[in-house]
Amino acid sequence: MAKKRIVTATINGREEEFLCQPRQTLLEILRDTLSLTGAKEGCSNGNCGACTVLVDGRAVNTCMVLGVEADGTDIETIEGLAPGDGLDPIQEAFLGNAALQCGICTPGYIMAAKAFLDENPNPTEEEIRFAMAGNLCRCTGYDKIVRAIQEAAEKRAGQPASCQKETV
Amino acid sequence: MPRLFIPPLLRPFCAGEEEVIVEGATVLEAVQSLEQQHPGVMERLCPEGTLRSGMSVTVDQNVTPRGLAQKVSPESEIHFLPAIGGG
Amino acid sequence: MATIDETKSAEGSDETPKYKVIGTRPIRHDGADKVTGRALYGADIKVKGMLYGAIHRSPHAHANIKSIDTSKAEALPGVRAVATSADLPEPGDKIAELGEGSVVLNHLSSNNLARTKVLYKGHSIAAVAADNIHIAREAASLIEVEYELLPPVLDVMEAMSDEAPVLNPDVRTEEVATGEKGDKPTNVAKRFLFEKGDIEKGFAEAKYVVEREFRTSTVHQGYIEPHVATVLWNNDGQITVWTPTQGTFSVRQQVAELLDVPLARVKVVPAEIGGGFGGKISVYLAPAAAVLSRKSGAPVQLVMDRADVLQATGPTPGSYIKIKMGVDAEGHLTAADAWMAYEAGGYPGAPIGAGAMCVFSCYDIPNGRVEGFDVCVNKPRTNAYRAPGATNAAFATEGVVDELCGKLGMSPIDFRLLNASKEGTRRIDGVVYPRVGLVETLEAIKESEHFKTPLTGKNQGRGIGSGFWFNAGLKSAVTATVNSDGSVGLLEGSTDIGGSRTAIAMQFAEAIGLAAEDIKPAVVDTDSVGYTDVTGGSRVTYATGWAAYEAAQDLKRQIIARSAELWDVDPAQVSYEDGHVIGPDKKACFKEIAVELSAGGEPLVGRGVSNHNEPGGAFGTHVVDVEVDPDTGKVDILRYTAAQDCGTAIHPAYVEGQIQGGAVQGIGWGLNEEYWYDKEGSMTNANFLDYRIPTCYDLPMIDAIIVEVPNPGHPYGVRGVGEVPIVPPPAALAAAIQDAVGVQMTELPMSPPRVLHELLKK
Repeated sequence: MAKKRIVTATINGREEEFLCQPRQTLLEILRDTLSLTGAKEGCSNGNCGACTVLVDGRAVNTCMVLGVEADGTDIETIEGLAPGDGLDPIQEAFLGNAALQCGICTPGYIMAAKAFLDENPNPTEEEIRFAMAGNLCRCTGYDKIVRAIQEAAEKRAGQPASCQKETV
Repeated sequence: MPRLFIPPLLRPFCAGEEEVIVEGATVLEAVQSLEQQHPGVMERLCPEGTLRSGMSVTVDQNVTPRGLAQKVSPESEIHFLPAIGGG
Repeated sequence: MATIDETKSAEGSDETPKYKVIGTRPIRHDGADKVTGRALYGADIKVKGMLYGAIHRSPHAHANIKSIDTSKAEALPGVRAVATSADLPEPGDKIAELGEGSVVLNHLSSNNLARTKVLYKGHSIAAVAADNIHIAREAASLIEVEYELLPPVLDVMEAMSDEAPVLNPDVRTEEVATGEKGDKPTNVAKRFLFEKGDIEKGFAEAKYVVEREFRTSTVHQGYIEPHVATVLWNNDGQITVWTPTQGTFSVRQQVAELLDVPLARVKVVPAEIGGGFGGKISVYLAPAAAVLSRKSGAPVQLVMDRADVLQATGPTPGSYIKIKMGVDAEGHLTAADAWMAYEAGGYPGAPIGAGAMCVFSCYDIPNGRVEGFDVCVNKPRTNAYRAPGATNAAFATEGVVDELCGKLGMSPIDFRLLNASKEGTRRIDGVVYPRVGLVETLEAIKESEHFKTPLTGKNQGRGIGSGFWFNAGLKSAVTATVNSDGSVGLLEGSTDIGGSRTAIAMQFAEAIGLAAEDIKPAVVDTDSVGYTDVTGGSRVTYATGWAAYEAAQDLKRQIIARSAELWDVDPAQVSYEDGHVIGPDKKACFKEIAVELSAGGEPLVGRGVSNHNEPGGAFGTHVVDVEVDPDTGKVDILRYTAAQDCGTAIHPAYVEGQIQGGAVQGIGWGLNEEYWYDKEGSMTNANFLDYRIPTCYDLPMIDAIIVEVPNPGHPYGVRGVGEVPIVPPPAALAAAIQDAVGVQMTELPMSPPRVLHELLKK
């Protein structure tokens, strides 16, 4: 077994230091070392998007990133999205639109949607579907998810910009 | 009198009949009545008075969870069908 | 989204109850946990001191196991225990009744840890527990198994032949109705036969007769959460299982039977479940994890990866179906004949019974015959998948129906309206329908904006298809605990796979006169609530909802009796109406009286149970517009509308969600999903890139039309919703492709290569 390395990263606004074996994925570190189990393991090879978090503002499948690669990055997970006692507009839109059934894909979906809406605040349906194609949902048929993201985009447009990009 | 529908594979044991008018206030009594008319059939349909694994009883449009103990009325239809499970 | 309320036109509509909670769209009770990542799914459960496990799986599709050597694995530092089938008791020939279906325990046990044979690639052989997942995986790879390779059989028709290699030496063909068994080992486990009327006469009366063969591929439920089980075998012999499952009580029974321990020694704690669709009922990991825990003295978690899920769980059968149907000159069906063979996978148990009962379920046919076979092949042991067996069957029947419509020059929707099953129709298997809503779904589609909008583009086409599922009742229990502030906790045993906590709470709220938000539903473990059958068969909103309704009635009775005592009046003078307890000169709403009674007397606790069996079968009709690329054979979906009879929609948003999600699973099944096998029986696409379920980019919005023909067999008219919507899509897509480019697709999936192949044959 190769030696463990110390890795430092900002996670949900706090600087964290953790030990990491070279073979450990960022997903394993988040879930097992840092107890951030909101990112889910659905496929282990980057096809389902359930493990999506933001790394330096970009949506990343954490099952495809090694933990040691996270050194020096700024990571935002689903656990850090909601402000205080409320919910982020994307989270609210998912609930209001019944855009989840079993909910296992939801954290990854919401984080992918956040990265996308940060980049494209006013997307068309086609753009949403193209951008979200890497996140699989087996329950909803996507209809309500797409509508939730559309609604979230509208809600975010009505908010001050500082709320939209607080971690970027 | 209840009508007991004979599954096709069982019809050779019931003189080829598709349904038989039976007596009884429960499915078990109905089967016993069938047995009187066609001796030997009960052993095949529900050996030792129990429903065989994989089979279910439908009385009047609905699969009954009570199996052979299900009450039947004189107007009832009784069907023996494969047990099915949903997803 | 349109909602067609049939109650408005129903007889006695003056008495139609006006619901306060039912039909509204409250935020689901577990919503915040699920959008913040706090909800704990199977793999999120971390028990103190937990070891991590891994499974050694067969690389071969069919082989005898000559020996298993675990010594190298045991010697690896960090390994705490190894388990093989030798650690599981021999179940003999015992059969376990599991509420929804039965299982031969020897087969289930061997599927968990193979005994003498492996029957498919990925078959579990041994399990390891270690300090971390990496050591466990390394140890699993060090287990050495000596095999005697056997030829695999992967095709259902080949498996039925006398020359085929036999998978299970104990299997004999059983004639289902008589129990008669064949005398030699075979892959054909069961044979069914249904007959109605005189089929020869029926075909003689037909003007047109069409006969076609259809094939469908093996497909998987495709839930995003892989299987996982965490088990502690405690020092007092008590076993606790934490797992995401469709049925905690079913897992409890399976684990107890497979380990041969008393039922009461097993407690199953439900994790949140990341999809199931029928595939998370059978146990795969808990028995091995239990053995590892007993041996190591620590809790053990076993989790699958995606390849394991695809190669060793699910799937739903590939099938061969031959259909022959006849119509008279006016378009009335005169006769129908079906011959159906379904792949069971490694062990018997394909959903052929249901497939055989569903194959002509949408049509009123005077003369019919259905013969079905349950056939073992070297693929994973099949499991339920949303209306098990019905989708394959509908694809075949609807294909022949469309061809008959072509010969008659009749529109497919009018043909279906003419021949549709309705109240009083006797199916081929003999059962007569109660009040059902197929006609209403056909009319809803016919009147839809979608159907009225003509298609104009080149290579575009439209197709419709209908489907049926029985739905189930079975057993449920609910406990309602009234808090001192008048809010109510609902304890239930139905694991919540798609919002059922809220649908159940809404029925309770409606019955007692509270708001949905006043109810706090909780899915609890097997020690904490009465027996409850699986979350399957589209039964939860119907049956557990009914149990919640009964819990409300129980509370009302208690409130009436205790209010009478409190007010010193005759209980006969007290009633409970519209959320209020009313005495001769006093009236109080639920919260007021609950606070008063709780403060001065015993706690208020209501109980509700149900075991009703009138779930009201349900029908759906879908219409789809496609465009076919003539150069590649790729089928794009332009527009999709699904109408379904839901009885009464408790939470319409989640009803729509079921319809949309089911339709999209059906679309995946119809257009793209299939297991690819090489000659050795190895699945070559065991990942989500190559076993490609639909993405959002593959689809348009899915319009859901909720048709409400109330089920007379439920206090609020509920019919199960979840399963029907997967049934029509492949059939509707085939019809649309035919309409678009004039080729008839008789094999699933209708993937680009297959469609192109048919186009090039033209």
